[in-house]
Amino acid sequence: MKTKNVQKLKQIANQIRQDIIEMLYRAGSGHPAGALGMADIFAVLYFSVLSHTPERPDNPNRDRVVLSNGHICPVLYATLARAGYFPLVKLKTLRKINSDLQGHPHNLDLPGVETSSGPLGQGISQAVGMALAGKMDKAWHHIYCLTSDGEHNEGQLWEAVMTANKYKLNNLTVIVDYNRIQIDGFTKDIMPLASLRNKYLAFGWEVKEVGGNNIRELLRVLPLRKNKPLVIIAHTTPGQGVSFMEDKWQWHGQAPDKDQTAEALAELKTKI
Amino acid sequence: MLVSNWSQQNKLLKKSTRQGFGDALLALAKNNKNIVVVSADLAESTRVQKFGQKYPERFVEVGVAEQNAMGIAAGLALSGKIPFVASFGVFSPGRNWDQLRVSVCYSKANVKIVSTHTGLAVGEDGASHQALEDIALTRVLPNLTVIAPADYNETVAVTKAIAKHPGPVYLRLARQNSPVFTKINSIFKIGRAEILLRGNDITLIACGPVIYEALLAAHELAKKKIRVEIINCPTIKPLDKKTILRSVKKTKKLITLEDHQKAGGLGSALAEMLSQNYPVKSIIMGVNDTFGESGKPDQLWDKYGLSKKHIVDNIKKLLKK
Ligand SMILES: Cc1ncc(C[n+]2csc(CCOP(=O)(O)OP(=O)(O)O)c2C)c(N)n1
Ligand SMILES: [Mg+2]
Repeated sequence: MKTKNVQKLKQIANQIRQDIIEMLYRAGSGHPAGALGMADIFAVLYFSVLSHTPERPDNPNRDRVVLSNGHICPVLYATLARAGYFPLVKLKTLRKINSDLQGHPHNLDLPGVETSSGPLGQGISQAVGMALAGKMDKAWHHIYCLTSDGEHNEGQLWEAVMTANKYKLNNLTVIVDYNRIQIDGFTKDIMPLASLRNKYLAFGWEVKEVGGNNIRELLRVLPLRKNKPLVIIAHTTPGQGVSFMEDKWQWHGQAPDKDQTAEALAELKTKI
Repeated sequence: MLVSNWSQQNKLLKKSTRQGFGDALLALAKNNKNIVVVSADLAESTRVQKFGQKYPERFVEVGVAEQNAMGIAAGLALSGKIPFVASFGVFSPGRNWDQLRVSVCYSKANVKIVSTHTGLAVGEDGASHQALEDIALTRVLPNLTVIAPADYNETVAVTKAIAKHPGPVYLRLARQNSPVFTKINSIFKIGRAEILLRGNDITLIACGPVIYEALLAAHELAKKKIRVEIINCPTIKPLDKKTILRSVKKTKKLITLEDHQKAGGLGSALAEMLSQNYPVKSIIMGVNDTFGESGKPDQLWDKYGLSKKHIVDNIKKLLKK
């Protein structure tokens, strides 16, 4: 089901957010802030932009999504389930024993999960490898790599950024969750990124900045194709949609308790 | 299988295992279009340069960036390619072990990790470049096969076998020219150890070119009627339990030998297996919890206790126990 209807996509993103809150509550641990902040991007990608076939996840012509900041995987799992990759009931098993929904993504466990991640900084390299393979095969599909601001502290990430420029990988789009938080605090205090835009420009990339929670803008920017690798710096609000979590780095990695879950769900339901 | 004149050291051809890899890869690439190479500014040293010249469209040069090299290889493999990532052991898997662990092994990405410079025998470059820990680092990783061939000919056979094998493989090679003592076109099967010399008195199991020192030791001892069974064990993971157990049940005595730290290497792998199946008196020969230094390979093997004379001494010692 593909749609460009803003209202419809807002509803899907809201549903994904509710899924995330319920999943994390049941799991008793996990990472809400980044996951909630990225719900709009996931909704627009999977329900409007990607060329993919959930009923045939290994379709060689599919667009690939590499989730590099693996800890926000509840948003990936909820989106995949809502898109029809696997039954919704599975979402209840996040982080539980014998579950296919591992605490960090594992490609061999779930359809639609392209790689394994968790240790930060590895995703763009994998995406570059996929984009290179696409070039070798003269394929038409596109590679999206989702990464975070905190991940830009990792040296490997910049090695990969350099390589994408060398091979002019115009079949690669990197989306940065620029939510200004990481584990122990605000990125400006832990490791300031200065101008991410200028850094990518200096590395030879095309740069777009976008409101990461603005569906209308996302619909315009996410499908863009350029003649070089494209980075979309998405300014997001961590915890978006749940007021008491918004912009609080303390919500990077803790699950809501029972009351907080009720409050979060109640707020999200008023927003449909 | 040994060549007939294996004991005549000076008559044997001397070629490196890294060269065997480079030559085999070039030959394989002709028919297998999925083979690609990821290089990290060491194409000449790792013997993948010719591949790069002949197949530039299948050759990815990432510069001095081993973590990225491993990740890119994972992405290529997950897209159906058969990437060979070539570097030195200290950098790969030394520098990029986390990438090997998660991007490659956890995902079962079909990546072949080739380290052409390992062991004390790296030589003059000195300790910083002598990978003595790579077997330990790789054999603990699930889904990863670990292979260290003994000479040029065996490496050719191994390279062909791993290209066909689905799943990640670590290939441990050596820089130095070393005697070619196995027959050309010998049969190699992943997971199979081979008895090179038969004997009833003691079993010696080794991997890599240093095994030639053991053959020389056995040759010398044979003159004194001591019969050493020499087993070449290129596949460190998974071990060939059957061949190994059959031999130690016969001899009840084991020496292991490798150009690697004693801790975590082939000797450790054998000790783990035998302690749970058939414990025997053993001596693990390897580098004893120390870094190496500059020198020629044979000088280093001598100084650090891996050469023929040390093997002879250890065999005599163990036979007295
Ligand atoms: C290599 C590595 N080091 C440390 C960690 C632990 N860790 C998990 S998330 C995180 C912070 C990452 O920042 P960001 O992705 O921006 O966090 P978010 O915005 O989602 O809160 C850290 C340090 C890790 N997963 N990987
Ligand atoms: Mg962040």
